[in-house]
Amino acid sequence: MNSTDRDWDDGTDPERLYVITRGRSGLPEQTTFDLVTLIVSRAEPAPTMQPEHAAILRICGAPLSVAEISAYLGLPVSVVTVLLADLLDEHLIEARACVPQAILPDRALLEAVMHGLQKL
Amino acid sequence: MDSRNCDTVTGPPVADLLPDTAAMAVKVVIVGGFGVGKTTMVGSVSEIRPLTTEETMTQAGVGVDDLAGIERKTSTTVAMDFGRISINAELVLYLFGTPGQERFWFLWNGLFEGALGAVVLVDTRRLEVSFEVIGRLEDRGVPFVVAVNTFPESPSHPTEDLRAALDLPVEVPIVACDARSRESSRDVLLALMHHLYNLSAQPAR
Repeated sequence: MNSTDRDWDDGTDPERLYVITRGRSGLPEQTTFDLVTLIVSRAEPAPTMQPEHAAILRICGAPLSVAEISAYLGLPVSVVTVLLADLLDEHLIEARACVPQAILPDRALLEAVMHGLQKL
Repeated sequence: MDSRNCDTVTGPPVADLLPDTAAMAVKVVIVGGFGVGKTTMVGSVSEIRPLTTEETMTQAGVGVDDLAGIERKTSTTVAMDFGRISINAELVLYLFGTPGQERFWFLWNGLFEGALGAVVLVDTRRLEVSFEVIGRLEDRGVPFVVAVNTFPESPSHPTEDLRAALDLPVEVPIVACDARSRESSRDVLLALMHHLYNLSAQPAR
């Protein structure tokens, strides 16, 4: 099959991730950030910032999803959401929420998606 | 996971930047067994080169991995490949490929919350994983379509035989696809959207 269709590997360094988040973890019940919440910087990175915070501000000049930030930083989503919560507390980023929770999505939204896909 | 120096982290290439008007994002999950073509399908329809996000295995791994007697500290990371389609100036669709095997279900919590729905990508040579996945999606109330990725050596299954084999309700669409093809993969997503649309048209029960 496809050589990039790998599903898992070992070797994340837990200590490094612990240091980056100062021991905090993204709680499963934390709902501020979805994988597809769009993040936009509202400030320039400052030299005094933790490097990971600065990196997020640097790459989010245009909207980026939480998943994309995780991919570009090479950090797990649970770590990225902790860092984003710090930045949001300081009003350094804007978080554009994903679709509100509903049993089924809104029909207008589905129509928009269908229309967009048909143009592909 | 590779450790990257944050001072050298670069964001997306200029061509991949979303416009500042992008205000809302939705997601669809493509789930299937190892090697069924999830990554291929994501890559076929994505407007960006697919990216990989990883998550560390948490307590869900207990009982799966035997940790007894292991001195070396390790944690398992699970990779999810994802891609992106800009629907219009405001709306963005993200596609996540995720492994269907039970030991990876710990990933599903953040993934399916708020997802529009799922595509179950099926390889008819290995239906077992699909059983587990379909049961799990039904339990969680996630709407889905079944897409049969056609491999040259796949046994040909008439749709209704497959429906019976997978014990699928009649309203769940089954579509054949070629995950390598952009058009074919797009049509699978459209089939999912039509299915969601039909579900939303039904009176609430």
